[in-house]
Amino acid sequence: MRIPILKLNQYLLITIQVDLDDKTALQFQEDLLGKIHETGAKGVVIDLTSVDMIDSFIAKVLGDVVRMSNLMGAKVVLTGIQPAVAITLIDLGIMMKNVPTALDLEQGLEKLQQELGG
Amino acid sequence: MNIQSCVEVRNEWDIVKARQSGRNIAKELGFGTVDQARITTAISELARNIYLYAGSGEVAIERVENGGKLGLKIEASDSGPGIKDIRKVMEDGFTTSGGLGAGLPGVKRLMDEFTIDSKENEGTVITSIKWLR
Repeated sequence: MRIPILKLNQYLLITIQVDLDDKTALQFQEDLLGKIHETGAKGVVIDLTSVDMIDSFIAKVLGDVVRMSNLMGAKVVLTGIQPAVAITLIDLGIMMKNVPTALDLEQGLEKLQQELGG
Repeated sequence: MNIQSCVEVRNEWDIVKARQSGRNIAKELGFGTVDQARITTAISELARNIYLYAGSGEVAIERVENGGKLGLKIEASDSGPGIKDIRKVMEDGFTTSGGLGAGLPGVKRLMDEFTIDSKENEGTVITSIKWLR
């Protein structure tokens, strides 16, 4: 299974709408980094509105892909984390430190625009 | 009404299967979205532990009742190497996988009851219950 990555101007947009298994999550990590390299995208929004569960593995993959993208010079914002998912992550002890987040796609794009200086 | 399911865990896909069946049962029993997420996440962590440490095993999910209280019980069992020092694995931050899982203390916080039964070289059974509030 592959997660589609859309390009919009200098941004990449991803909305995760499947129940992520480990392989799909790791494949996505690779695909996203490849796409950043290929398109020279400056910012990435990963929208998690449809994701109803994030366990420690998926949290690690997401946190890693944010840091890996930063290494390549692209900023990533995670958006749309559901209340139940936020509660569960903190219960689990996963703080997702230093991972930029925003309430929804719109605010995520705004955040990127601010950080990238318009 | 006898709601139950048992998922054999042999590969990464079975982890998804186990948590999906857990979510369905949690929904059917009337758990709210937050508890559904807690239960699903706990199942995912336990199933991943089986896959990582024992190679294979099973996750059984069933409805339990105690003095008018209704709950969902997860039983994750394997015939793997067992847990050497249970006190140690229950310490926050302890890991042997290099941080792949949030660990058992995280699962304990997600659920209401949590017990580990493990013998070295024989296997591990982890039983955990979430009660319907």
